[in-house]
Amino acid sequence: MRRFSQAVWDEPLISELSRPGRVGMSIPSDPKILSRYRDPASLVPESVRRGSVKLPELSELQVLRHFNRLSQMNFSVELGMYPLGSCTMKYNPKVSEMVSASDSMKNAHPLQPGETVQGLLSIFYELEGFLCEVTGMHRFTLSTAAGAQGELAGVLMIRKYHRDHGQDKRDEIIVPDSAHGTNPASAAMAGFKVVKVASDSSGQVRARSVRDVCSEKTAGMMFTVPNTLGLFESEVAEVCQAVHDAGGLMYYDGANMNALLGRARPGDMGFDVVHLNLHKTFATPHGGGGPGAGPVGVTRKLADYLPVPVVVKSKRGYALDYGLKHTIGPLKGFVGNSAVLLRAYVYIRLLGASGLADVSSLAVLAANYLWKSLDPEAFPASHGSGLRRKHETVVSVNSELPGAALTVAKAILDYGMHAPTVYFPLIVHEALMIEPTESEPVEMLDEYAAALNEIYRGLKEGTLGAVPKHASVGKVDEVKASHPLTLRVHW
Amino acid sequence: MSDSQGRHPLLPNLDQSLVSKMLEKAGAASIDELFSDIPPRVRLKRALRLPKGSSEYEVRREVLARLGQNSTPPGSLCFLGGGVWPHYVPAAVESITSRQEFYTSYTPYQAEVSQGMLQALFEYQSLMCDLLGMEACNSSMYDWASAAGEAVRMAGRVTGRRKALIAGNASLQRLAVIRTYTEPMGLELETVAFDRKKGTLDAEDLQSRLSSDVACLYIENPNFFGVIEEAIPRIVEQVHSHGALAVVGVDPISLSLVKEPGAYGADIAVGEGQPLGIAMNYGGPHLGIFSVKDIKLARSMPGRLIGITTATADPGRKAFAMVLQAREQHIRREAAMSNVCTNESLMAVAAASYLSLLGKDGFRKLGEAIISNAHYAAKMLSKVRGVRSPHFSGAFFKEFAVSYQSAKSASVYRRLARKGVLGGYPLHRSFGVGAEAGLYCVTEVHTREDIGRLAMALKEAV
Repeated sequence: MRRFSQAVWDEPLISELSRPGRVGMSIPSDPKILSRYRDPASLVPESVRRGSVKLPELSELQVLRHFNRLSQMNFSVELGMYPLGSCTMKYNPKVSEMVSASDSMKNAHPLQPGETVQGLLSIFYELEGFLCEVTGMHRFTLSTAAGAQGELAGVLMIRKYHRDHGQDKRDEIIVPDSAHGTNPASAAMAGFKVVKVASDSSGQVRARSVRDVCSEKTAGMMFTVPNTLGLFESEVAEVCQAVHDAGGLMYYDGANMNALLGRARPGDMGFDVVHLNLHKTFATPHGGGGPGAGPVGVTRKLADYLPVPVVVKSKRGYALDYGLKHTIGPLKGFVGNSAVLLRAYVYIRLLGASGLADVSSLAVLAANYLWKSLDPEAFPASHGSGLRRKHETVVSVNSELPGAALTVAKAILDYGMHAPTVYFPLIVHEALMIEPTESEPVEMLDEYAAALNEIYRGLKEGTLGAVPKHASVGKVDEVKASHPLTLRVHW
Repeated sequence: MSDSQGRHPLLPNLDQSLVSKMLEKAGAASIDELFSDIPPRVRLKRALRLPKGSSEYEVRREVLARLGQNSTPPGSLCFLGGGVWPHYVPAAVESITSRQEFYTSYTPYQAEVSQGMLQALFEYQSLMCDLLGMEACNSSMYDWASAAGEAVRMAGRVTGRRKALIAGNASLQRLAVIRTYTEPMGLELETVAFDRKKGTLDAEDLQSRLSSDVACLYIENPNFFGVIEEAIPRIVEQVHSHGALAVVGVDPISLSLVKEPGAYGADIAVGEGQPLGIAMNYGGPHLGIFSVKDIKLARSMPGRLIGITTATADPGRKAFAMVLQAREQHIRREAAMSNVCTNESLMAVAAASYLSLLGKDGFRKLGEAIISNAHYAAKMLSKVRGVRSPHFSGAFFKEFAVSYQSAKSASVYRRLARKGVLGGYPLHRSFGVGAEAGLYCVTEVHTREDIGRLAMALKEAV
């Protein structure tokens, strides 16, 4: 196995590196203008004039060293395998970074006249069309900033649609017990009661169970396909039918769309609203937690409910349209996370129709291959052991030791590889959720499986010791982080 | 695009012999068999109707050529503001945010291998608290507008009251976003009038609307017209005397010279971090700032928070971790404070490095350069016939409204653009400014010559 040791820098807080009088950046200023105002601060009324500002004082090199050292204590996709389930940590093509760093992207102002940004708007218009085709939806908006915001937009549209049709009493959203936490949270934010539906022993949601919880109060259902166990929901069409029969609308959580490109489309399954996570399926970098982009697509009957703006094309060219008749309103300032959208567009153009289908084929192949490379005694599948995996595989750690999955997660960090998602979905005992993605060469999949199998032996024999040993810090005390709670420094 | 042998740089296992080997282990005869669990009725039985893949060179060339049709600096001058502003992004900031270790990682779920991002985000929180005069700042929201939406929701949540007052001189777009966010809670939004002459909030109108039903006042400082709310300390007192919260939206760069919201008692401060080392990016990604004054309110906040701790086995070893996660969607589900998950962490790193580069003196000097340039520009524009500049008599920082005696604001805005000068964003009629007016923004990036060019272009445009 590979030897790995993450950098340790013992780097102080930036405020501790400060020394009065240093500066890390020169400020452009015009002496002829400045000389007109003896004390520019006095242009601010005294009642709200600021005294001094406390900020650290460092040279440019000191600032760079500080953050470069921090960066060396941060694991990333370009350093090693990062199979965080549900997050689709695939490789982010460099050309997308270069294109989005061009002056004509960076310096475009969202309030400049549409005539002066035709290049960008034409790309966005095309991207909306691409996303419609990939999902089988009628119309998309790019304006939502992340998957969770896309979800909120989706449930708000469902709410408004029912209200506009005299169905105010529909105040329940059905959410499977295997769903991402964002689903119930988004539904609650939109004012809905959350009705839980249980998945069966194979990990799938049955249309029968959905019918059982449907009523005249049902506004809709949020459904993730493939689900968070990495399984395709075989009764998805029947589930959509059940909810539609009850007068509800179907919301597709697109977090797992990397499994289905060119294979199946939510629109064809019966969904009415869809969100996509461009930072997952369409390879825009995750930025240490963000930015992302969560465009939302809908069928024809909901097209006028989308959050604004949308991009429209007319004889006069491309423009932003804020005037959709039934819009739920905007959820974010301006247009959307434009520089993220541009990266996703580049990714789609690099792969094209057949390349995107290859992406899903190979992502699914990788998940199944990795699953079968694991010791089945050590890592049994909790649900649907006879079923194919889609983009990810969820297994249990076969151990009575408390926190076994956490220990496995910490141990694999020592191999120079990132842990899977752990303890999710909530319905799985000691869960490891592994999503290798199509980016990983088979050699890495072999290495990852071998590492997990080896760790399990160590866990069983009690030889693991305190893990991790080779990360920049040993196991972090997360309880102490909240007691006492320190969210800032006073210096 | 795969080459003639079917290979692709992004797909290392796209190779027939490899695929066969992998299929064997997976126990499937073909790739199609791996998808056989998708019922035939929902399978896509045709190829996607998308363009064919292209090589990196071709895509880059075409996309850059199309983007080149945009009219942006340095080819044109940008004097637009309104929530996104032209500021200089130092090369060192771009270098830091281009570190793949930062930008290709994700939420630091495994703290031990993510100390770099965790410390950078903790430093962001801490620097922002210093800048804002607040006690807790989360590690980012999507942008100012959504942060304002979440803030008003939070005010409703913690006070249990049914009404929110919104300053009439706040951004209409942010008002619209606040409405989208709060409508499901049943919060009633009421707009507070502003002084048409000064551009500041009308304290009497505020007084008449305050009651024990009011959860908060949302007010921006400087406001959408760029005018500094000089009476804001008194306004906050007024709000507090009715048991309501003061939610203040700020442009953080104005805090170089304008008093920090914590100093005049703001309970929640939100804002747009874009000026702190983040490009305008045609509207995003930007940086939503969200902070609270009372540490007890941190437990009701949306978003990720990073705290300081130690290694478990070595109490002498400083470490960082995500804290108070029980507020969040992945733990609390439908009872979470918010559904936010993916945020704008990389932009928070940009802001932390930007503030560290500028430092105490640099930040002050920057503020002085901005306010001087803006006042010089307002003066120069006032010399143009048929133009009132600034339109409002209130003090301003970097943005100001300019009104036109006989020209329509929408035509001025378009005529300027045709001359390569982006500026004069028309102030919407629904503001009730009572004049044809446009909004201008002048910062450290504008030279005396640039301002001269703006004045010349405006002369021809009105």
